[in-house]
Amino acid sequence: MSAIILFMAGIAAIAGWWLSQQRLTAKPWLEEGLIVDLREQSTSSLPPAKIGLGVFLAVVGSLFALFISAYSMRMNLVDWRTLPVPVLLWFNTGVLVLSSVALQWAYMAARRDDIDVTSVGLCAGGAFAITFLVGQLLAWRQLSAAGYFLASNPANSFFYLITAVHGLHLMGGLVALGRTTAKVLRGAEASQIRLSVELCTIYWHFLLVVWLVLLGLLTGWTDNFVDICRQLLS
Amino acid sequence: MVDVPFDTVAGVPPAEVGEVELYHPRSWWTRYVFSQDAKIIAIQYSITAMSIGMVALVLSWLMRLQLGFPGTFSFIDPNQYLQFITMHGMIMVIYLLTALFLGGFGNYLIPLMVGARDMVFPYVNMLSYWVYLLAVMVLVSTFFVPGGPTGAGWTLYPPQAILSGTPGQDWGIVLMLASLILFIIGFTMGGLNYVVTVLQARTRGMTLMRLPLTVWGIFTATVMALLAFPALFVASVMLLLDRLLGTSFFMPTLVEMGTLTKYGGGSPILFQHLFWFFGHPEVYIVALPAFGIISDLISVHARKNIFGYRMMVWAIVAIGALSFVVWAHHMYVSGMHPYFGFFFATTTLIIAIPTAIKVYNWVLTLWRGDIHLTIPMLFALAFIITFVNGGLTGLFLGNVVVDVPLSDTMFVVAHFHMVMGIAPIMAVFGGIYHWYPKVTGRMLNEVLGRFHFWVSFLGAYAIFFPMHYLGLLGMPRRYHDIGETAFVPASAHDLNAFMSVAALIVGFAQLVFLFNLIWSLLKGKEAGGNPWGAASLEWQTPETPPGHGNWGKELPIVHRWAYDYSVPGAARDFVAQNEPPAGLSAQGSHA
Repeated sequence: MSAIILFMAGIAAIAGWWLSQQRLTAKPWLEEGLIVDLREQSTSSLPPAKIGLGVFLAVVGSLFALFISAYSMRMNLVDWRTLPVPVLLWFNTGVLVLSSVALQWAYMAARRDDIDVTSVGLCAGGAFAITFLVGQLLAWRQLSAAGYFLASNPANSFFYLITAVHGLHLMGGLVALGRTTAKVLRGAEASQIRLSVELCTIYWHFLLVVWLVLLGLLTGWTDNFVDICRQLLS
Repeated sequence: MVDVPFDTVAGVPPAEVGEVELYHPRSWWTRYVFSQDAKIIAIQYSITAMSIGMVALVLSWLMRLQLGFPGTFSFIDPNQYLQFITMHGMIMVIYLLTALFLGGFGNYLIPLMVGARDMVFPYVNMLSYWVYLLAVMVLVSTFFVPGGPTGAGWTLYPPQAILSGTPGQDWGIVLMLASLILFIIGFTMGGLNYVVTVLQARTRGMTLMRLPLTVWGIFTATVMALLAFPALFVASVMLLLDRLLGTSFFMPTLVEMGTLTKYGGGSPILFQHLFWFFGHPEVYIVALPAFGIISDLISVHARKNIFGYRMMVWAIVAIGALSFVVWAHHMYVSGMHPYFGFFFATTTLIIAIPTAIKVYNWVLTLWRGDIHLTIPMLFALAFIITFVNGGLTGLFLGNVVVDVPLSDTMFVVAHFHMVMGIAPIMAVFGGIYHWYPKVTGRMLNEVLGRFHFWVSFLGAYAIFFPMHYLGLLGMPRRYHDIGETAFVPASAHDLNAFMSVAALIVGFAQLVFLFNLIWSLLKGKEAGGNPWGAASLEWQTPETPPGHGNWGKELPIVHRWAYDYSVPGAARDFVAQNEPPAGLSAQGSHA
């Protein structure tokens, strides 16, 4: 459970930092009158949707941290047989990086009020994301053709499960991205869709980071990294 | 008092909210059924949760009939008994308490208490309820599928949860897991709303340290639930795959009905870790809103400001954080390393400190207060007593050496019913009696309410106090029929019969409560806007029940905390949160 404990420690640190800014040592029973809320001074520029996305990412992060914890505990049992990582995954990773880059490009264009580039960026980001998903399906087919079925070993089960959960989150993101792109294609102003593009971009970057961590886990790099850290500490 | 200069108002956003920003229902369907108004959603959540709670109540009657009078009721066989305990536990913990505290109280009270017009994402909020309802319907459907609901116990431990010896192995367990997954998806939608509304939609002057403790409790519990429910989600998905697709995440190599199963090498302990990583925070997910509600009830009905507000807030946050590092105290008998046991026993006992701070502060709030023994106050007092009772037996069970012999006995059942069954339900009832006048504009009937309180309170003790004794005798939980056992004397059977009769009577009192809810809606005494003379914002709405958008044309401005009671020199014995400081012109207050 170390992955989820580390994740929770990170969340606790963020929550602690935030709480430390909130005058929690105030004595409300002595204060009368209108106090300017710190929220209005410091974070009023943050729209609720952005805060909502931040909280949602914490929930998704917790979900993946728990999968990683379960993976690490289960892999220490004797029946674990690590499966070969299909080469296709590297291509898929590259495509996902391109998808994130395209959305970042779209977001930067939206900030410049350049709606044409924004729409190109959104479409490219979506196309790369769909390519990634198709690539993941092909990787599944390659593995099952090679005899690595879902239930034949826990390493396989985790591979299919974790990639599926990641893919489902990306599909959810594609719904939001599709709605934003549709608005752009229907002629929305850059100022109207800037926030939506920004939220999609943040979500894409987050899912890219999650994928890189998962890839490290599935390829065994994370183990090597943890081993090196252990050796350094001991 | 320190007067905060009023000219600080410069720079805060305008109070008036453009009407276009507010969702407006256009038909009967979107007003009352597919409503996006948090108040309607709260009522929908509450009615659904209480309805499914009634099912769980009936199941507890059936269990108690079997335990009190074994062999008398031929229609309760061992399989059904296991199904009853499983469904009773799961419904009460998740589909009733979690949904009612967060979906019911949270939806109704958060926007009103922070001075918002609605939740920040009303559409997602509506979806949250409908997904929750779907989860409940999937759960209920298990009663009608072949094989019936699962009888795996509410903890759903593999391997037995999905093996053929356990009732509901075909459909019951699959639908239960699907229902839990749906519940978590629905809750996440609602939870995002509660958190972001508290963070971003507070009205002017409503700093975090002016929030009523009810909001602090619900807010912290929601944050915990958002982070803890994914553990149940992961466990449910993996168990579902083990059951449906033959994976071996949790399933070890074993023989079932004389034949070797397809499973191999899995770890049931892994499930336990995931389950309890959710399961322990879940205790506080239902306790923290109860703590908040009780703090507010005591302050209002003792006409005294809450003692140690800052400490109360800090304690809520500390309990929330600590509850994530105690989960393995549910697993002392799973063969864990003794050092782990020591660690988790220590963290468990440390939680007693912030919890005790809260109890002291409640008692000190009551101390020399002008205590009105209204029905909400009676329930609040019952909560404190019951929570202390349950907490003290928690100290027993938190210690490894005491827990091991008591594990899986009726002592554990008595403990958790006291601490997370009876105590939170007392807070729920107290909260309903307190806020019903705001929701409906009418008071609940006093006589029926007092009857409900005394029968429920005394009856609960008649059930669960003797249960501790049965547990100490060594009577195991989850047994259909204890039979003739050397260590259980005949008197214990009489005690079981007594507890069962008490359970039936307590259950009957809940029917009286439901009758009161409906009768008072039609015939109850008119309540007015603020029948308890409460200072917090939800009682200061221009209309009762609050209208669409809650606040009329302008949002309220908050000038003080929510606990100014019996202020010397004040015109009334409370000062409302939105009442401007003395000497400030009415015009200034709306600047």
